[in-house]
Amino acid sequence: MNESHKQGRLGDWLFFNLTRLFAVITLAMLVGVVISLTWSAMPSIKEFGFGFLFSSEWNPPAERFGALVPMYGTVVTSVIALVIALPISFGIALFLTELSPAWLRRPLGIAIELLAGIPSIVYGIWGLLVFAPIFGQYVQPLIGGTLGQLPIIGGLFSGPSLGIGILAAGIILAIMIIPFITSVMRDVFELVPPMLKESCYGLGGTTWEVVWKVVLPYTRVGVIGGVMLGLGRALGETMAVTFVIGNASLLSNFSLFLPGNSITSALANEFAEASPGLYTSALVELGLILFLITFIVLSFSKLLLLSLEKQSGKS
Amino acid sequence: MNLRTQRKAINLLALTLSLAAMAFGLFWLIWILWMVFEQGVSSLSLSLFTENTPPPGGAGGLKNAIAGSAIMVGLAMLMATPIAILAGVYLAEYGRNTWLGNVTRFVNDILLSAPSIVIGLFVYAVYVAQMGKFSGFSGAIALALLVIPVVVRTTEDMLVLVPTALREAAFALGAPKWKVIMMVTLRAAKTGVITGILLALARISGETAPLLFTALSNQFWSLDLNEPMANLPVTIYKFAMSPFADWQGLAWAGVFIITLTVLILNILARVVFRRTAAQH
Repeated sequence: MNESHKQGRLGDWLFFNLTRLFAVITLAMLVGVVISLTWSAMPSIKEFGFGFLFSSEWNPPAERFGALVPMYGTVVTSVIALVIALPISFGIALFLTELSPAWLRRPLGIAIELLAGIPSIVYGIWGLLVFAPIFGQYVQPLIGGTLGQLPIIGGLFSGPSLGIGILAAGIILAIMIIPFITSVMRDVFELVPPMLKESCYGLGGTTWEVVWKVVLPYTRVGVIGGVMLGLGRALGETMAVTFVIGNASLLSNFSLFLPGNSITSALANEFAEASPGLYTSALVELGLILFLITFIVLSFSKLLLLSLEKQSGKS
Repeated sequence: MNLRTQRKAINLLALTLSLAAMAFGLFWLIWILWMVFEQGVSSLSLSLFTENTPPPGGAGGLKNAIAGSAIMVGLAMLMATPIAILAGVYLAEYGRNTWLGNVTRFVNDILLSAPSIVIGLFVYAVYVAQMGKFSGFSGAIALALLVIPVVVRTTEDMLVLVPTALREAAFALGAPKWKVIMMVTLRAAKTGVITGILLALARISGETAPLLFTALSNQFWSLDLNEPMANLPVTIYKFAMSPFADWQGLAWAGVFIITLTVLILNILARVVFRRTAAQH
């Protein structure tokens, strides 16, 4: 009896420390990523200092590197994606939670989640071989002829209709992140206590008023969290962008029709062929910048979603 | 009366737009899947599975790429699942309200959505650069690092769902905690954990970015894990960007295979999970 008790004690101790070790390994992954990338980026950090962030020069033969063009591409494509995806995702979440007949809710929800599971390379090849030619031939001239003629913002929509470019990359990204944002929005919308919604309906509110004045204010924090999650995905997405952005590390003006480069597409295209030394190091520094940006965005998103969970747990 | 009409009109407009948004979302899904299906099926042939990737402009198959992908994905799952399940056990059973548990849970959720290309860079820095060459094994490591957060997350979620009464019953019989976890809690959550594993498998089957500078690619048949290894995603990337019609056709066929695999895995995960949900 005593013997088996001792064995149980030993087993407990071993098992506890084994599982804890693996939890620590997960934690160490994050620390490891930051340290190893900083270490590999050191030559470039030492050489260019903070100027790296503000220089638009990307000249491998002369070993002059700056992150401005890829950073610009990453931020602009992600912003385009958010501008398109946000209202669409909100509309879909609204449809799924308030409008859809019950029998349609499940299949549509599953369809959206399947869309989220499709690997990004599928979006990429579709974007390059199917979407971009159609986009360049029909849609871009149309945008150029209307939005492109407006003062101030017209410059954004001018230039040749190549199909591929920053705008096309932003649109593909939007299609990709719609499912992510939608499923978070739907989940947080469902957290709203039915009593609150019924009260508003009872006062004679329309469906739209219930959503706009009860559901949204109640879930605001969670909705922002979902948007940040989508933003995090968009910033770090590689293949869907690399296929369609056009990979030009020069930026002559701010037109969205021009090909550009994002951090991820620069890495995907150049890293395997980069000469060791400063070139590789500069690319790793790009990766480090990307990781730090997405880390901040995702942490923010996580904290917001956690605070909503706590709030709804209390009430 | 006027206000009422206005409110109704706004409501109608909003609901119409919501319906349009849903249609918009489905439109892309259907268009993408249809193109993948159409192009993929027309490029499908038996030689896909019996011939290696061809040189530029030639005809061939994807045999080496499919084999390479299967090997790396399998190896990654073998390496990552035990680590991830045990880490998930820690979070659910020991680390509920501890400092380490909370931090690990937070970091794990960040890693879940972190850019996969950065994971590739990490493996490049700590493994490929040290060994001095690209290799299939480094590709498997990169994929394994992507599996861990997914399985940790689902394992924890599923273990938390197991009723406390079940654990207490086992404790009352005098079982030590590790036995309770291994033989009661984990077993009760088994299908949920399998769901997580299937989802992780679906996720890495199509991952391209982390393989670009770890496994690289290989035009020839090679099972040597210390050499660059062919794999489907990178082959698709290379072939789709090329100007050759033959290569583009192979890329579509590859995309079709990957999409089909991922969809089947996703649906399988759902079916497995639904069966547990029905049991409880």
